[in-house]
Amino acid sequence: MAGIVGYGAYIPRNRIKVEEIAKVWGADAPSYKKGLMLEEKSVPSLDQDTITMAVEASKNALKRAGIDPKAIGAVYVGSESHPYAVKPSGTVLAEAINATPEVHTADLEFACKAGTEGMFIALSLVQVGAVEYGLAVGADTSQGAPGDALEYSAAAGAAAFIFGKDKVVAEALQTYSFTTDTPDFWRREYQYYPQHGGRFTGDPAYFKHITGAAEGILAKAGMKPADFSYVIFHQPNGKFPFRVGEMLGFTKKQIEPGWLVSKLGNTYSASSPLGLTATLDISKPGDMILIVSYGSGAGSDAFIFRVTERIDEVKALAPMTRDLLDKNKVYIDYGVYAKYRRKIRKAE
Amino acid sequence: MRDVAVIGIGMTKWGELWEKSLRTIFVETALLAIDDAGVDRLDSMVVGCMSSGLFIGQEHLTSLLSDYLGKNPVPAARVESACSSGGLALRQGFIEVASGMSDIVLVGGVEKMTDVTGGEATYALGTAADQEYEGYHGLTFPALYAMMAVAHMHKYGTTREQLAMVAVKNHENGSKNPLAQFPFKISVEAVLQSVLVADPLHILDCSPITDGAAAVILCPADMAKKMKKPVVRITGSGQATDTIALSSRKDMAWLESTHLAGQKALAMAGQKIGDIDLFEVHDCFTIAEIMITEALGLVERGRGGKAVEEGLTALKGKFPVNPSGGLKAKGHPVGATGVAQAVEVVKQLRGEAGERQVKGAKRGLTQNMGGTGGSSLVHVFEAD
Repeated sequence: MAGIVGYGAYIPRNRIKVEEIAKVWGADAPSYKKGLMLEEKSVPSLDQDTITMAVEASKNALKRAGIDPKAIGAVYVGSESHPYAVKPSGTVLAEAINATPEVHTADLEFACKAGTEGMFIALSLVQVGAVEYGLAVGADTSQGAPGDALEYSAAAGAAAFIFGKDKVVAEALQTYSFTTDTPDFWRREYQYYPQHGGRFTGDPAYFKHITGAAEGILAKAGMKPADFSYVIFHQPNGKFPFRVGEMLGFTKKQIEPGWLVSKLGNTYSASSPLGLTATLDISKPGDMILIVSYGSGAGSDAFIFRVTERIDEVKALAPMTRDLLDKNKVYIDYGVYAKYRRKIRKAE
Repeated sequence: MRDVAVIGIGMTKWGELWEKSLRTIFVETALLAIDDAGVDRLDSMVVGCMSSGLFIGQEHLTSLLSDYLGKNPVPAARVESACSSGGLALRQGFIEVASGMSDIVLVGGVEKMTDVTGGEATYALGTAADQEYEGYHGLTFPALYAMMAVAHMHKYGTTREQLAMVAVKNHENGSKNPLAQFPFKISVEAVLQSVLVADPLHILDCSPITDGAAAVILCPADMAKKMKKPVVRITGSGQATDTIALSSRKDMAWLESTHLAGQKALAMAGQKIGDIDLFEVHDCFTIAEIMITEALGLVERGRGGKAVEEGLTALKGKFPVNPSGGLKAKGHPVGATGVAQAVEVVKQLRGEAGERQVKGAKRGLTQNMGGTGGSSLVHVFEAD
């Protein structure tokens, strides 16, 4: 059965605290900390972008998969912050991991669910036998406008998954997608920062699509929340995943291992995928895992995975997601953050 | 002048109605009122709406709403007086029936506020202030009411806790109103710990942004009696204006337009304030309700804070204020609010208010206000 043969994560070292951002804007830090359950977020350095982070995560995935990169027949990078408007991220990634030239590559964009879109396509190609291995990456250096609520959460990170049929770490038992045209968040060409519909991003957007996808995949698989060891929902803030979990009948215990957002922020296309890498890190053979992404615009992709015996052999071959999150951190102030995020520039 | 009665009321659930447009919300509500009245024709309609232009980019509501209600070529008017647009629509409908110009008049109020961002909504609402002397200097409504609150606290010793108690009381009432946007209870601590919007007002001191509509059907009281329906008469209508800019007022801690409109409405009805059994008033911010109870004469000047603390204005108090939950808990679709107040009073006087029923209520009063009190409308209702 097809499934994940290797997975890898990458999170930049820099962090900025909610208090530091709130201080600059005269905002109420406790309301973000308590109300949205956000404490700090990751920030990319000046020399990091979606492509460099995709490469880091993919290298970690390759270490766990232990395959010849030339055997990868498809490379997909999902992001809303591709460094180029025209010119693919995927070609750089494929070249960097030595998967070229016999490889199909595409860049994907669907707000916060571009990562799971790539997973869906790569897995499907493996399932039908079109490629031996397929690589899918969700990576973002997402931006929130200065002072906007999004600035407290928009973070950076990447997660990569290699799908194949041999030496599978987690079998893909079921997939399901739920999509409607719901404009809750968007960025037009030439705009630097996205716009969002405020409270409209809640009930008619995030909650409707995640519950739609979760209920759909459970019905399709004939399963119920109690059948799962773990569940990962997209994490735009700390509160939403727990609330949607409660609506669907999942427990905090099932959610917590993959819940990274309070210390990581919302890594957009990498958000639920990083929740999955963190969950795989602590999983045991036989564990059932449900992941449901959410992308504004709007849609959700859902996958059911069953962890195999192989997990114990690969876990230690690359950095654990929680280690990337909790160790080796560098706290920066708003001034450095503004420089790193190119909100201010040095005079030439 | 002819006696005027309310023979039909209509209101649907208020809130963030993402799936519905302004025309849908209005038509659903208007049809409820028409059904409730059991009338087969409308001679005229008057609709209060503050700012459909800024909220949904739509003006010319007279044609739009009569069209979608299926009532063309009925004469229709849209009136605007900021947040008292609904109260003004009621007064215009009342005058039209009282004068003999029309017999059966639909009075509606509607606002669709959630199709724009919070910033755009704040801007649209801000147009109710004096743009040249207030708006351009950065003042928003929370800031203006915060200054009124500070003035009241300074002059009379009103406390933060007393402000919070207004919100707590109105949520307590609103928890009994299934049509309310926020039908749940809150605590004084929750108000005081909620996000500070404009010192001393926290977010739970402020009424929300709401989509909603309300409608009533008016006709001559003689006609109503023949229809064998419960008859509620509008026996008093008062209106007054004041300076649009808060800085031009003699006293920032006093609502003169509400005071004058109340006096006129009560004089027309031949009633004293003490004869009224319940009040639906414009608590756009908690301080507003405190100042309104003073301006209407429910309590002495400066005693509004104490009154709420002592339970005088609670549902079972001497003067039940905002049994519906008020703007705070029921919601505040600005143009609809004044009409919804009339809907609540009629429900109460018919004895149809369920859990929040004020026992034996015979007379009710509505007070609807624009801006910081630049306009006020007061109506007195009496059950036959």
